[in-house]
Amino acid sequence: MNRAYDDSARLICKELGIDLKELKDWNCCGASAYMSIRELRAHLLSARNLAIAEKEKKDLAVVCPACFTNLTKTNHYMGEDAKLRRTVGSALKAADLQYLGSVKVRHLLDVIVNDIGESEVKAKVTRPLSGLKVAPYYGCQFTRPLGDYDDKEFPMMLDTLLTWLGAQPVNYPLKAKCCGGILMTTNEKVALGLVRSLLDCAVQNEAMCVATICPLCHMTIELYQGSVNKEFGTRFKFPLFYFTQLMGLAFGFNRKQLKIDQELVSSKAVLKALEVAQ
Amino acid sequence: MAEKIGVYICHCGTNIAATVDCKSVVEYASGLPDVTVAREYQYMCSDPGQELIKKDIKELGLTRVVVASCSPLMHEPTFRRAVEEAGLNQFLFQMANIREQCSWISENKEMATERAKAIVAAAVKRVGFHEPLEVKKVPVNPNVLIVGGGITGIESALQIADSGKKVYLVEKEPTIGGYMARFDKTFPTLDCAACILTPKMVSVAQHPNIELLSYSDVTGFSGYVGNFTARIRKRARYVREDKCNGCGLCTEKCPISVPSEFDCGLGKRKAIYRPFPQAVPNVPVIDRDHCLFFTKGICKVCVKFCPRGAIDFDQKEEYVDLQVGTAIIATGFDLFDAARVKQYGYGRLPNVITSLEFERLSHASGPTGGKIVLKNGQMPASVAILHCIGSRDTNFNEYCSRVCCMYSLKIAHLVHEKTGAKVYNCYIDIRAFGKGYEEFYKRILEEETIFIRGKAAEVTDFAQSPAEKGKLVVAVEDTLLGIPRRIPVDMVVLSVGFEPRKDTTELGRIFSISRSKDGFFLERHPKLAPVSTASDGIFIAGACQGPKDIPDSVAQGAAAAANALSLIDRKEVTLEPTIAFIDEKQCSGCKICIGLCPYNAISFDETKKVSIVNDALCKGCGVCVAACPSSAIKQRNFTDDQILAEVEAICA
Repeated sequence: MNRAYDDSARLICKELGIDLKELKDWNCCGASAYMSIRELRAHLLSARNLAIAEKEKKDLAVVCPACFTNLTKTNHYMGEDAKLRRTVGSALKAADLQYLGSVKVRHLLDVIVNDIGESEVKAKVTRPLSGLKVAPYYGCQFTRPLGDYDDKEFPMMLDTLLTWLGAQPVNYPLKAKCCGGILMTTNEKVALGLVRSLLDCAVQNEAMCVATICPLCHMTIELYQGSVNKEFGTRFKFPLFYFTQLMGLAFGFNRKQLKIDQELVSSKAVLKALEVAQ
Repeated sequence: MAEKIGVYICHCGTNIAATVDCKSVVEYASGLPDVTVAREYQYMCSDPGQELIKKDIKELGLTRVVVASCSPLMHEPTFRRAVEEAGLNQFLFQMANIREQCSWISENKEMATERAKAIVAAAVKRVGFHEPLEVKKVPVNPNVLIVGGGITGIESALQIADSGKKVYLVEKEPTIGGYMARFDKTFPTLDCAACILTPKMVSVAQHPNIELLSYSDVTGFSGYVGNFTARIRKRARYVREDKCNGCGLCTEKCPISVPSEFDCGLGKRKAIYRPFPQAVPNVPVIDRDHCLFFTKGICKVCVKFCPRGAIDFDQKEEYVDLQVGTAIIATGFDLFDAARVKQYGYGRLPNVITSLEFERLSHASGPTGGKIVLKNGQMPASVAILHCIGSRDTNFNEYCSRVCCMYSLKIAHLVHEKTGAKVYNCYIDIRAFGKGYEEFYKRILEEETIFIRGKAAEVTDFAQSPAEKGKLVVAVEDTLLGIPRRIPVDMVVLSVGFEPRKDTTELGRIFSISRSKDGFFLERHPKLAPVSTASDGIFIAGACQGPKDIPDSVAQGAAAAANALSLIDRKEVTLEPTIAFIDEKQCSGCKICIGLCPYNAISFDETKKVSIVNDALCKGCGVCVAACPSSAIKQRNFTDDQILAEVEAICA
């Protein structure tokens, strides 16, 4: 399922002339949970990736908000905290690495909207998503805690991008709320309630699908719809797209290329209405 | 001849003595070359402290004095005076700062004491190079410039004009009155704002000593205390003030309606308009961007109907130069832009309004005639008032805006009185600090207003239950109950805070006054000189210095007036002699200094081919001295000898 995010992101970047280079020998960032349990070690995990990027003289374009947040935090705190810089520095040294702080960490959405920009994106749109009402969902980690590229509490970047694609972003007040995520494993009932709210809100505002920018949000909302329906007696069958998949559709790629055919909740009906299903 | 120097170490109570071993500093100072006597005392600035110095000058024949105490900002004049009174030229004195630059920033007593010794040694070595200087006296022009015609500026203007002095009151908008003219009622007495303000506005209009320049701004300000020249830009109204009698026929007949700025866009005004009926001056202004004559060259209905021929489409903006001796800046504030805090939905959710919009709704002559209604025209059954929007928030402004708690209580009262709606106040702390304020708070509590202690997290239109359907839901953590709450209401009022005006930087540059960390104008001393600035003769009053309510603004307006009057009645002022002068023989005529001088005090003598400093304009900042490539410019009391002596002593 997350393969779909990976593939569609690479595809649209190529189309836009963004030269993505996969970081050599990158490692897991520890996701959102590890930073709160073993802070120093979590910083080490991110610092290693930053050090590799620095060695290759590259900035980082990140698609996962958890990786993005961890990398951003480590980057920020290593700049602020001399003690952390020393400790992490000596650990990196053991692996023959060092990090001087030159790498910029960006979310891919930010790169596309602010660096590539409106005219370049619009130029690639061959099949506008006219009539597609989309709930733009950012999740809780895109701008918080350290984002200054968009409003922290009510981001607009994805809304903007969707309009460039010809789609119609609906009013989505829960756009930056938590999806439950990892809570699903420890307190399922609460997490299911959160997913239900997200879906309720999308339905109330007449969205036809949700656009996501986070693999964990995407999985949680898609995978747990059955459990939500069981728990609350609802009948959700709500399709989701990664924002990169919607870009791909608008750029003229087919379902297979964008791995839309791997989805758990079918988007066929929605796409048929748009006459973009192939 | 060797100098006889007296050194005095101040304890400043425990401010210095707790961290610096004053006794050891005295012993050290006694051993310095040319020091005749060194003493310590608890408070050197007190009468007995000053007496010590005077006595020693007379009895021991001191020729130089050093006081090691606080920053020279407050007490340098005190000690200079004492020295002068004992018969010594006041510039044969040097102050060493061992408080702000030593004791207050040190924890280690031993190191602080060593530091104090170095500072004292530097002052002792420097003072030997001091020369007697004479102060110059210049007359004070009794005219006063007041910038800003809100309640603060109005108060200052009336106080000064009543004392028989001439006032030029400059107001940017077409009318005076400021924010207060837009308010409904005022806390805690609930007087109607217009009822207490408009008589004062009329007094300004009628006062023979006040010249009102409305729709105008200050574009330049030069000179020195007692003798300033202000350049005023009078914008074109396209209506001649000398002919218009304010009958209002033009406004009535004008076919163009646009949203009224005065009513926060909630009501309409014409293209030729007065912001509100009691405007002063009672002369309309034409809005060029909407007037059909200016946009399409047609219409001229106002010209047709004006019985006095007062409409003048050819009017141009003009500049006037005013001679004044003092200036009072009372330019007020901007309201925080609620749209910046996205989670409260201002601009997105129609029934989320700002407190100022509420004032206009509630105002008897406002767009709804005083009815508090939702966008659909219905009365709200429930209203939430959210405190501290943009204030006490590290994402926006860290400071408290001081007035919002009280006006929020007033709004709660007005909603309750006019609609009977259920009222919620979401607050962090209630700050009811003024006279009668706590009592007012109690009264509102007794009106069954619901107070929830917690800053609102967001306002959303997402309904989680049938009760929330079609409502605005305020999500807030009730910190007294320790639970998150969702409160469905019909209307949300955002209690927005104060911000420095957008033109503060520009205005500060024009008047050479600086700003504090929060961006408001900086007073000379936060407690003891609240309306003075670092520039002599220029005063600040009201909310341009920081958030203030009406009573405090009026008090400051009057205080600034008293300060200006006191200066005027002195009739003459002394000018600091510690200014730059040019050695003509060394000046190469490169003119570098002329472009650098921030006060336009340097000009070029074309016959001699050298720069000259105007003594009256020079403020002694030293920029030209440092920049002069041939070292031709020197500054009195800041000579190379003096500064190098200090450096040498510290490095010794």
